[in-house]
Amino acid sequence: MEFLKAFIVGGLICVAGQLLIDLTKLTPARIMVIFVVAGVVLGALGIYPRLVEWGGAGASVPIIGFGNVLAKGVIEDVDKKGLIGAFSGGVRAGAVGIAAAVFFGYIMAVVSKPKAKNKT
Amino acid sequence: MEQKRTKEEYRKWSQQQAPGTPKAKNLVMAFLVGGIICTIGQFILRALLNTGMAKEDAGSLTTLFMIFIGAFLTGLNVYDDIGRIGGAGAAIPVTGFANSIVSPAMEYKKEGYVMGVGARMFLIAGPVLVYGIFSSIIAGIVYYLVS
Repeated sequence: MEFLKAFIVGGLICVAGQLLIDLTKLTPARIMVIFVVAGVVLGALGIYPRLVEWGGAGASVPIIGFGNVLAKGVIEDVDKKGLIGAFSGGVRAGAVGIAAAVFFGYIMAVVSKPKAKNKT
Repeated sequence: MEQKRTKEEYRKWSQQQAPGTPKAKNLVMAFLVGGIICTIGQFILRALLNTGMAKEDAGSLTTLFMIFIGAFLTGLNVYDDIGRIGGAGAAIPVTGFANSIVSPAMEYKKEGYVMGVGARMFLIAGPVLVYGIFSSIIAGIVYYLVS
């Protein structure tokens, strides 16, 4: 059941992204920026955590879930440490994702070769 | 090559690229590919939770594994094919974030390891982090003021 929920929630979030691509001239890069900021806003408002509760990885794996993690970290740290938490919480909560992206991204970029482009 | 296009060709090309009605096929493929990627994430999350790991750590580690998978498949030149099939379904999950890091970095490796790999890794990831972290700080300040 939880796998079906993840499939549906994740699929629907991606459909929203595809609609933005098809209906507007937005590039995937801009969609990703919009989604991460939307995740921060929905996370800070306490809406997105409920979706994560229901949809599991379907809500946390899309990039909008990364925005939610940033917001969650900021709120936790502001509760604990006050205003400085606004600066420490986001990167703290997102640390594993950011570090993993740098680490695996660098290794894979160094060891692999791009496919020869055969443009017509 | 782009400059060699005649005006007429360019006009045709730009019309094809212009926004129109959403194609049902694109939406279905985005749903399926995005859904499958998230289901794989749920399998990893469930496996980690079953080891007795704390919820938060299991979530972080799931993200780590998904990023590894995205980076790995990009290195094998497989993720670009998934992207062609799935569109936003491949771009929106965190595996697509990893793809956006590895893809330009390996493409521009010939420009060196600093300005080639090091800088190009953040071609798309950079803006995502800038706007994500910036907006989270604003959210934190607002939360501090209202709480």
